[in-house]
Amino acid sequence: MDLSSQLLQLLFSGLTLGSIYSLIALALVTTYNITGVLNLAQGEFMALGALLAASLYAAGLPLAAAFLVSVALIALLGGLVERAVINPARESSSLTLIIITVGLSIFLRGLALLVWGTDPVSLPAFSAGNPLQIGGAAINLQTLWVLGLTFVIVTGLYVFFELTYSGKAVRACVINRTAALLVGINPGTMSLLAFAGSGAIGAAAGIFIAPITLATYDMGFMLGVKGFVAAAIGGMHNIGGAVLGGFILGILEVYSAGLVSSGLKDAVALVVLLAMLMLRPEGLLGTIGRKV
Amino acid sequence: MKKNIALWIILILVFTAIPLFIKSNYLLGVLIVIGLYTIIVIGLGILMGYAGQMSLGHAAFFGMGGYTVAVLTTTYQWPTVPALIASLILPGLVAAIIGGPTLKLKELYLALATLAFGILVHILFNELKGVTGGPSGMSGIPYLSVGGLVFDRDIKFYYLVWATVLLVSLGVNNLINSRMGRALKAVRESEHASETSGIDTAGLKLQAFIFSAVLAGLAGGLYAYYVTFISPSPFGFHTSIQFVLMAVLGGLGTFWGPLLGAGLVVALGEVLRWAVPLVIPGAGGEYQIIFFGLILMLVMIIKPEGLGAVMNLFSKPSVEEVK
Amino acid sequence: MKKNRILTGIIAVIITAGLLLSGCSGSKDTGKTTAGKEPYKIGAVIDISGTSSSLGAPERDTLQMLADKVNAAGGINGHPLELTILDNKSDETEAVLAVKKLIEQKVLAVIGGSSSGTSMAMIDTVQKEKVPMISLAAASTIVEPAQERQWVFKTPQSDIVAIKKMMGYLKEKGLTKVAFLYMNNAYGDNGRKAFAVAAQAGGLQIVDEEKFEATDKDMTPQLTRVKASGAQAAVVWAIPPSASIITKNFKDLNMGIPLFHSHGVGNQTFIDLAQGGADGVILPIGKLIVADQVPDSDPQKKVLNTYIEEYTKKYNSPPNSFGGYAWDGFYLLVNALEKAGADRAAIRDVLENTQNYSGVSGVFNMSASDHNGLAADSMVMVQIENGKWKLIK
Repeated sequence: MDLSSQLLQLLFSGLTLGSIYSLIALALVTTYNITGVLNLAQGEFMALGALLAASLYAAGLPLAAAFLVSVALIALLGGLVERAVINPARESSSLTLIIITVGLSIFLRGLALLVWGTDPVSLPAFSAGNPLQIGGAAINLQTLWVLGLTFVIVTGLYVFFELTYSGKAVRACVINRTAALLVGINPGTMSLLAFAGSGAIGAAAGIFIAPITLATYDMGFMLGVKGFVAAAIGGMHNIGGAVLGGFILGILEVYSAGLVSSGLKDAVALVVLLAMLMLRPEGLLGTIGRKV
Repeated sequence: MKKNIALWIILILVFTAIPLFIKSNYLLGVLIVIGLYTIIVIGLGILMGYAGQMSLGHAAFFGMGGYTVAVLTTTYQWPTVPALIASLILPGLVAAIIGGPTLKLKELYLALATLAFGILVHILFNELKGVTGGPSGMSGIPYLSVGGLVFDRDIKFYYLVWATVLLVSLGVNNLINSRMGRALKAVRESEHASETSGIDTAGLKLQAFIFSAVLAGLAGGLYAYYVTFISPSPFGFHTSIQFVLMAVLGGLGTFWGPLLGAGLVVALGEVLRWAVPLVIPGAGGEYQIIFFGLILMLVMIIKPEGLGAVMNLFSKPSVEEVK
Repeated sequence: MKKNRILTGIIAVIITAGLLLSGCSGSKDTGKTTAGKEPYKIGAVIDISGTSSSLGAPERDTLQMLADKVNAAGGINGHPLELTILDNKSDETEAVLAVKKLIEQKVLAVIGGSSSGTSMAMIDTVQKEKVPMISLAAASTIVEPAQERQWVFKTPQSDIVAIKKMMGYLKEKGLTKVAFLYMNNAYGDNGRKAFAVAAQAGGLQIVDEEKFEATDKDMTPQLTRVKASGAQAAVVWAIPPSASIITKNFKDLNMGIPLFHSHGVGNQTFIDLAQGGADGVILPIGKLIVADQVPDSDPQKKVLNTYIEEYTKKYNSPPNSFGGYAWDGFYLLVNALEKAGADRAAIRDVLENTQNYSGVSGVFNMSASDHNGLAADSMVMVQIENGKWKLIK
């Protein structure tokens, strides 16, 4: 395989991985900006969404139905989590909140292990067919689906925040919670919506990537960490940053695995994170653009 | 004060007596593990409770201590005592180097940085095969021997570990009641105010960080001498989180917190191990994972200052909320 | 204040109770104490949950099934069998504590751990306490060096055995330039070491060596390099799910060269998850998975069929080689108990002198210098065709 095909192949892999990371980072950043909580359990929403959909599909539901039911249920879970765990602790320090979400992710992972065990499960690719061959490199059809989902979600969020009343209400909460309260916007409801929404996004992402990556009860953790790294690279304060960070991370990882050494590729991501934190903690896009 | 000393003496007597009355290597093993974790959590408690800094990667220092002992005693044939001392120094050095820039970060970013650091070190343990033996680990670590005394039995190790816990506790107690301790408390309450009073907050935070790393390294070295086998798997993120759980459960910034936290988490694990299969045959550790997550959440929601705050009935005035 | 005192009290009670109760807990799976004879107590420390649970779960299932079977038949020489299975959560520290607990309950021997890490961690304790231990993990360091492992045995075949088998096949087909890809953990690493040694001795050239994490989702970077290296065949040392993902990637990239796997993929999950990519894969493996194609004259045929029949009947799914390791460990021990009775040292001696014992994993011939006892004849070469395992004659 000549070098240019090799590089192209790596690029395609990078896009695949990058879109996965973007989706997680997206949900993380959105939740963080709306509620001020960094939800370390975001990865678990992905895992649970994928596992649930796989079970529903295996039980006979058509793929689309399994998708919808799973997304709805995990959104419900997100809302439940917000009411039961986040809301009571909303006055706590961010240290406490981080630990709470860590506890949550451990709890959800334990549940996943209990219900689904350790065996990986998979979903069929959404469209049958061989990978596309472009320029000597292959790109998986499912990757296109994932990229599509990313696009849809980003656009959807943009529309929501820019063009709808609720979206603007949410932004108001982020800018100044008390002022928002004063004009009749309920931050508590916003918080609830944010978590339900991140549950839905997480589940959708998990289902879309399951045909590529398979689903296991513990897939959430590392994905969550990579999601942070992506968000930190791009900037915690806007969605565009999250997506950018995701792709940068994915491509960086793949190129270092492909061209340098596969063992240290996770290390590369972390070193980049540390460098970003030291040098530019607000991320690449930083405070450019609004917070949400 | 009087109550305090009485409690200390009773505890020392109880701990000394346990192995003499209960001949159980299993119980000793559990207590040894609790003791090692207590040492680490004492250090973490200083960092999180007094200096107010977060660490989601402390297993890295624990591992560094263990691997230092392993590598020095097997690859380089060092005698065991100098190797143990080295297991204190290496993590301390690393902490000194990375502490400076890391501690400048705030809250969320600090948490992320320590998380990244912890995972990075874990990866290095796995990757640096030539040094660490990679994922297969290193075996054949010799027993610790001091003078002619060889720590080859559980009972001897038990006394060694708990004597260490005692020494460390005494040291920390002095620290807390000293000028530095008060300065640390001031930093936790408000960094700005401390700075204005002329306290070198950066320096203090760094010292707390190094101190916590040294203690974790010491525990790691002792761990290596106990199991005589080491591999990267005990030093991952789940262990770092376990330490944080022990620290907050026991109560940050309290004296008894580390012991309570470590003891409770380990004891709970053991209880669940045998109790769960009785209720649900063939069940494994899934319930323990679920419980841990649940307990962590509940404690942080209901009583974030942890259980150790409760123990302050017996000693100093109680500690305010972690906020 | 009062509430706080009560809370403290409760905590203290929990901790104390926990510790004391753990010390004298009851055990599960006790045989009915037939009038008179003392039960034979044995223990198992298994990675039932955690990262190695796909190994531990079938092992636990097999052990439970067999203990029930033995007790239903009246025990060992009339002594009921009392089996206590503890979960070490794939954690080394917990394995140490679990084995200490079992020893304290006076078990005659311990079966476990499921993985190399947990097994290695327990060695110091069983050597010190002089309790026979039969590991269900593959690393050769578990039973070597022999002079430091008098009390330790293992049932899985060594990687060296699998590799020898594979090497023979590769040479036969004239595939001398290979790429070796392995998962970045003890299993993969041991495979790599053994393969490198064997390749050198056998005149094979490793033109590319790649690794990947157990949790990696995409191995196209590594495979891209393999494609560029001119390798004539690829050998992968991993277990699902990463083994399945790399197999899928292999197909997607049209690699065009034969793909070999290790015995770590010997279950249906591997094939299912590879979504069609597994066809054509060749691997060395114990005979269990192609038991129906093994000739009747094979000494293992009867054992294999019995295991498959009983396990499938009880658990509604076929057994796999991990459960097979547990079967062998259990019966080697039961055999020793029959001959030696309730004496740890005598049990150890019987184990060490096991000769010509037909188990699921192979025919065992142990000795003082070989506490595993399996040779190349314990494995066969198998190819996956249409999602099924086919014995290569």
